[in-house]
Amino acid sequence: MEHRKEEDFTYRLWRYDGEPGELIPLLQSAQDYFGYIPRRAIKYISGVTNVPESNIYGVITFYNQFRLQPMGRHIIRLCCGTACHVAGSKNLVSTVQDELGIEVGETTADGIFTLFTVACLGCCSLAPVMMIDEQTHGRLTPAAVRKILREIRRKEAVHA
Amino acid sequence: MPKLYVGMGSCGLSAGAREVLEALRNLAAAHEGAPPPEITGCIGMCYREPLVEVRENGRRTLYGEVTPAKAETIFRRHLLGGEILEDEVVLRLERDAAPAGQEAEFYSQQQRIVLRNCGTIDPESIEDYEAAGGYQALAKALREMTPPGIIQEIKDSGLRGRGGAGFPTGLKWSFAAGNQADHKYVICNADEGDPGAFMDRSVLESDPHSVLEGMIICARAIGATFGYIYCRAEYPLAIKRLTLALAAARQKGYLGKDIMGSGHEFDLKIKQGAGAFVCGEETALFASIEGERGMPRIRPPFPAEKGLWQKPTNNNNVETFANVPWIIANGAAAYAAFGTEKSKGTKVFALAGKILRGGLAEVPMGTTLNDLVFKVGGGIKDGRKFKAVQMGGPSGGCIPADLGDTRVDFESIPKTGAIMGSGGMVVLDDTTCMVDIARFFLDFTQNESCGKCTFCRIGTLRMLEILQRITDGEGQLEDLDKMGRLAIQIKEASLCGLGQTAPNPVLTTLRYFQDEYKAHIEQHKCPAKNCALLVDYKINPVLCVGCTICAKNCPVQAISGKPKQTHTIDPATCVKCGKCISSCNFNAVYKD
Repeated sequence: MEHRKEEDFTYRLWRYDGEPGELIPLLQSAQDYFGYIPRRAIKYISGVTNVPESNIYGVITFYNQFRLQPMGRHIIRLCCGTACHVAGSKNLVSTVQDELGIEVGETTADGIFTLFTVACLGCCSLAPVMMIDEQTHGRLTPAAVRKILREIRRKEAVHA
Repeated sequence: MPKLYVGMGSCGLSAGAREVLEALRNLAAAHEGAPPPEITGCIGMCYREPLVEVRENGRRTLYGEVTPAKAETIFRRHLLGGEILEDEVVLRLERDAAPAGQEAEFYSQQQRIVLRNCGTIDPESIEDYEAAGGYQALAKALREMTPPGIIQEIKDSGLRGRGGAGFPTGLKWSFAAGNQADHKYVICNADEGDPGAFMDRSVLESDPHSVLEGMIICARAIGATFGYIYCRAEYPLAIKRLTLALAAARQKGYLGKDIMGSGHEFDLKIKQGAGAFVCGEETALFASIEGERGMPRIRPPFPAEKGLWQKPTNNNNVETFANVPWIIANGAAAYAAFGTEKSKGTKVFALAGKILRGGLAEVPMGTTLNDLVFKVGGGIKDGRKFKAVQMGGPSGGCIPADLGDTRVDFESIPKTGAIMGSGGMVVLDDTTCMVDIARFFLDFTQNESCGKCTFCRIGTLRMLEILQRITDGEGQLEDLDKMGRLAIQIKEASLCGLGQTAPNPVLTTLRYFQDEYKAHIEQHKCPAKNCALLVDYKINPVLCVGCTICAKNCPVQAISGKPKQTHTIDPATCVKCGKCISSCNFNAVYKD
């Protein structure tokens, strides 16, 4: 898996043919591989595309998707869209913060979870919703959220 | 032998469709002669997911809230035994018969053009799409129609942009067709960013080929050779199915150098958005595809003249493109038969919020809000009172319940101060605070403002500060006038739609719910009991059993009481975090 992501990133860099539109896909691929966009990735990309590092930094900070810090192994995306908001997503944010002891945008000390809030996941009829990695969980209550998080913690402990 | 279908849209998957499919696969493998279950997209009844359908001789029987155990019952009794589980049927569709079953009303009010294949075909199979009449419109457009003929057909159909602005699609195409250049582009805007809207996601997940076919027809009409689908990265399933669809369409010769042997060339690429709401604005979207920060550009020049890479570009929304093959196949007159005088056809709405049947519904233009909420949507959850609908996301507004007989079309909705928008419809009940809703949207637009125009960047922040102050009970009456002035300035001095419409949620709530603003300011009360700092938390002595769980969860020890005796909350110590409410198993804690 890691190998494939590295290949994808290096392949994209190697194949780069001067199309300026490739910058964002390159950054997406770098983030896919490193888990975030490290300084050295910016250097590689700048070297290949001739886009100044400062411009690349500008693009990275403009879009919500890109991270300059390493992320946890599991990314929690808590939906705070309109439907989730009126269904009490605020309570869920505080539940996750309380359970994990982190604020939005932070990563737990053990590197397991990173918490983000997102504008809308598009599963409004199942509100309130959160997505952990690629899995969407709907019709949540604070108790259900705690249960899901503890389950992942337990599995991580078994792996370790 | 009948066949089983499992609805595998995002809603279905998060409700547990994958486990159901797995269980059915195992059962089919264990029974000789039993057909393996097939997958399909979303039929729109998100509130009853996961759905399993039994299909035989044109009769479709849908079961809802299916668990692996219930799936086994359906497999044994209906599929193998041929017995319909009458009490469990959510929906039954038969040729030449009205829809039946528990959710018949949800379905019978609809007119499905965009959603014609959603929940019917396997979105990962191009053969399924072809069997449903797919790519025949493309064949017709290539072999029997001229480019001006295609554009005229779209003009005659009265189709208007479904992204929200409602610009006539045929006219837009004619602009791009009229400009000469070595390259032209077709772009499909699938950056569905409005919170509360999920029509495009569902169409892409359930029927990706209809969007591709619409784009290819458009490319033929305007003379474009390349296109992009700009899709949100938050929609991984949609991207996966689009990627599969693209590969299949290329293999079948619907895309490439010589489409269906006609000598015409068109191909396209998927671009993943990187998470910026402003990229839904077309000039910002172009900047994003070009690898830059997604900031809007000054118009003119308009995209039809100088769009992506400075070339003539035509940009339409997912739903607009999904309409196109139907119009070409069935004719403009058939399409224009639906809808009102100036808004033709149908519109897909994403019903969400405090509504009983949350999901996707496609109704003719001109249906009233009341019909959508009560007939299609089944009314309000938990028997509460219908208060308002929020339409058009952060650019839209709240329409109060007394205007429920407003028709949904491009003429009537703007008169209320809201906008048609892309189709997100969040229904609000009496527990929703309208000031908080306005604050919620301003928080969103303030966050998503790209920063180019001062009035949008700073004006929305000032507005948000005022709204925050009001919901905290520290607002003043003059704040209302101040917001009215700010709203005009932001609208007039912003370059793109984001800023020009950002004040709409505030303006509509101020217009229809001024009493609520005044209650916050003058009496320091939130009538909907929603704004945390303006309510007191109390314990109902009748319901409290003295389990002590609230006291254990209280972070500031504001709750006192002995085990098995009624507890009380000290309002002076309480920080109104709400943990007592969420921890109580007896619903004894309430807000006053």
